[in-house]
Amino acid sequence: MNVLEALRSKVWLSAGLLLIGLLLLPFLVEAGLGKSWVRILDFALLYIMLALGLNIVVGYAGLLDLGYVAFYAVGAYCWALLASPHFGLNLPFWMILPMGAALAALFGVLLGAPTLRLRGDYLAIVTLGFGEIIRIFMNNLNSPVNITNGPQGITQIEPVSLFGFSLGKTQEVFGLTLSSPHLYYYLFLVCVALVVFVSMRLENSRIGRAWVAIREDEMAAAASGINTRNVKLLAFAMGATFGGLSGGLFASFQGFVSPESFNLMESIMILAMIVLGGMGNIWGVILGAILVTMIPEALRYTGDLQRALFGQVYVDPADLRMLLFGIALVLMMIFRPAGLLPSKQRKRELAEEAP
Amino acid sequence: MKDLLRVEAVSKHFGGIKALTDVSFTVRKGEIFGVIGPNGAGKTTLFNALTGLYQPDSGAIELDGVSLYRRKPHQILKTGFARTFQNIRLFHNMTALENVMVGRHTRTTSGVLAALLHTAHNRKEERDCAAYAMQLLNRVGIGKHAHSLAKNLSYGDQRRLEIARALASEPKLLALDEPAAGMNPNEKNALRELMVSLRSEGLTLMLIEHDVKLVMGICDRLVVLDYGEKIAEGTPETVRHDPKVIAAYLGAEVAA
Repeated sequence: MNVLEALRSKVWLSAGLLLIGLLLLPFLVEAGLGKSWVRILDFALLYIMLALGLNIVVGYAGLLDLGYVAFYAVGAYCWALLASPHFGLNLPFWMILPMGAALAALFGVLLGAPTLRLRGDYLAIVTLGFGEIIRIFMNNLNSPVNITNGPQGITQIEPVSLFGFSLGKTQEVFGLTLSSPHLYYYLFLVCVALVVFVSMRLENSRIGRAWVAIREDEMAAAASGINTRNVKLLAFAMGATFGGLSGGLFASFQGFVSPESFNLMESIMILAMIVLGGMGNIWGVILGAILVTMIPEALRYTGDLQRALFGQVYVDPADLRMLLFGIALVLMMIFRPAGLLPSKQRKRELAEEAP
Repeated sequence: MKDLLRVEAVSKHFGGIKALTDVSFTVRKGEIFGVIGPNGAGKTTLFNALTGLYQPDSGAIELDGVSLYRRKPHQILKTGFARTFQNIRLFHNMTALENVMVGRHTRTTSGVLAALLHTAHNRKEERDCAAYAMQLLNRVGIGKHAHSLAKNLSYGDQRRLEIARALASEPKLLALDEPAAGMNPNEKNALRELMVSLRSEGLTLMLIEHDVKLVMGICDRLVVLDYGEKIAEGTPETVRHDPKVIAAYLGAEVAA
């Protein structure tokens, strides 16, 4: 057996182990940390999809988008309106999910078109405004015609259901009893795999290179034959598609959506994920999404810790976790400004400097 | 010799400043055509107006019979007019090879769907594109740096990489904006050889350059700009003795 074959079998072996690990993960998490952590795991997967979507816009094309959560909202409301008693509709998920993603893509183009000439800070301000506009719309579209049910949000949203197999309740599968968060975990895992696949393929393609070229130098990109308008709109649309997809999944998983879930802080958090993890690097972004979702949850335990140490809670864990999270971000920017897993360009650069 | 680029009465002003006034000239197929003039004469503005980075206010521009007037930069590139920049504009965080592959954007077609499905056409196109880019890097003499980031290349190599990226679009006309700036004599010689060999392959070149020795030695014909106006056009020999040109460079008294 030559080296290459050995290497290849090693790759397959580790891929297989990873897959088994991912399949077993919710059980291990439930046994080790409790039931609530399976839900947190599900949210981590949702945020991975969101972060990878924003990564296309910010990481590849270099367009600082602070209103990304708007596309999440569009996807979520699309699902909520088409599969809930609110309008008495109950379309199947294979119809709504692509519709939500496509609608989000359309909104991506709608946001992208007027901002084509803007860059950097100016683009950030306009996208921030766009994100808020969508949220305020959702908040106020309850009169004169009640479309979004305003701040009360939409409840009793149908869960994902495949041939009568609902992910919304506990099910018996191959003798295993799986609760709803477990079932959603596997659905989200498939979706994340899809999103990772799409990101990887796009990254190493003619379009991916065009995005990076625009990020690096828009004028030179135009002079190199790139239709910067179309390619930027494509980045907005692709990123928004991922946002819409995760929004729809979020609505079905949560069973409830309200404008509150789509505030500016969400956009900032998603941006923090990709900055923390390593902008432009798929694995870095995934790591960032996991950490930013998990760390604030883990820091909830500081309340218990305080009680154990001092007999009472001095600082509310909710305040403390944002504080610690902020410190963590500042430290990151000081010690690893390119993120935990920098993009391949950065790595290449470091490798070059080493010898 | 046939005309390749026809520029007729092109004007461009920024507010009250007339950067270009009724500039006309023709570039013939297969020649190296110089654009010279004192600092601030409008040479780079002319390049920008021709390649679509600025919209000219009036005039006509035709490449091989196709109008370039007020077209977008990527459309102009596609008709066969590529350029480099005075202040090098590379994609710094991409490798040299990737830079050149971006230059081939208009000669390739794969979209999102092809990239996602890795169609046979897409795979072949990517392979061919990389091979073509590699060939060009070797051609300009930086093949060994193919996988280095553009920003880590030496100054002279960055200039060459920019030329390779422009060549990747298979242009009919290549406009070089001060390609020898900051180069040492060896690098200048290599550049000169490259330009001559490109011309011998049928490529037409336009050249903005301050190095008078290089310009006079290599250009077949030149146009001289001063304060945004054409003051002379012709072979290096005629231009050199033109009193207006001498006046522009050395002051009116010397010429008189």
